[in-house]
Amino acid sequence: MNIFDFFRERKPKETPASVAKERLSIIVAHERGQRSQPDYLPALQKELVEVIRKYVNIDQDQVQVALENQGSCSILELNITLPDR
Amino acid sequence: MAKILVVTSGKGGVGKTTSSAAIGTGLALRGHKTVIVDFDVGLRNLDLIMGCERRVVYDFVNVINGEATLTQALIKDKRLENLYVLAASQTRDKDALTKDGVGKVIDELAQNFEFVICDSPAGIETGAHLAMYFADEAIVVTNPEVSSVRDSDRMLGLLASKSRRAEQGETPIKEHLLLTRYNPERVVKGEMLGVEDVEEILAIRLLGVIPESQAVLKASNQGVPVILDEQSDAGQAYGDAVDRLLGKEVAHRFLDVQKKGLMQRLFGGRE
Repeated sequence: MNIFDFFRERKPKETPASVAKERLSIIVAHERGQRSQPDYLPALQKELVEVIRKYVNIDQDQVQVALENQGSCSILELNITLPDR
Repeated sequence: MAKILVVTSGKGGVGKTTSSAAIGTGLALRGHKTVIVDFDVGLRNLDLIMGCERRVVYDFVNVINGEATLTQALIKDKRLENLYVLAASQTRDKDALTKDGVGKVIDELAQNFEFVICDSPAGIETGAHLAMYFADEAIVVTNPEVSSVRDSDRMLGLLASKSRRAEQGETPIKEHLLLTRYNPERVVKGEMLGVEDVEEILAIRLLGVIPESQAVLKASNQGVPVILDEQSDAGQAYGDAVDRLLGKEVAHRFLDVQKKGLMQRLFGGRE
């Protein structure tokens, strides 16, 4: 046991219920965020990967698509990680 | 104007049918003409919980297909004057329910009843979607347990986006939380999510908390909605929930550990 553990134990006791609440809060917030995105994003991502694959070999998870709403305008953000040469 | 209520949850086995039967019966007990409709096509069970399984002649799908009239298919409850059941079909045809067909039946029911209770199947497939599509209010049945709370949140998302009210831009479905199988002793020990925790995560109005109770199994064994067991904690908790649904202010009960008397400690609770 190091000195940090000593201080950590002073925090309110972690119960199974508090662990459940914390995990739930995180996953529910995450899923609510996704809910507001349009249905076509996964399809868009898939088709983008197919187009890029014609030129560079990438995986599905190397393309990230996100839609952000800022007032009246929406920003479609594409993040493509190209493999090392 | 009839009120269309859906009892839904996403997850299975949390108490949708028990709650539909109890709440429907409670509304009829208080003088409101009520029909409970089983949307669980292929896995009909409301009839058993209501105790009318041997009187099902025609079902929901027969009415949709024009093989029977609504009057023929509605089963009148033997105990209460104002209570009717529309049974689900046991067909294996997944497409037996259609939006148009369900809409017509709901419209006809709405003309003859004060409350139409739609008992949703589990999941997010056609049956569950159609059960909530026409609703004015939703009762989201949740157990204090991670998978049930997560699925309930998912259902809340669907209620807000995939219902008729959402599609036509009307006022959104009014959502109520019904927390079932609640065990105050385990909450105190920190083993179970508390009612405040679930309320905080789902952020909807609390309609009621139904304690985990032996009366529920006893009632379903006998085909009597648990709300008719007025001595039981679950029956009383459902009664309170129905009163709240009708706009009454009723304090929540059964949230704290019941102190046992000496005799009860010695001989164990019988209830």
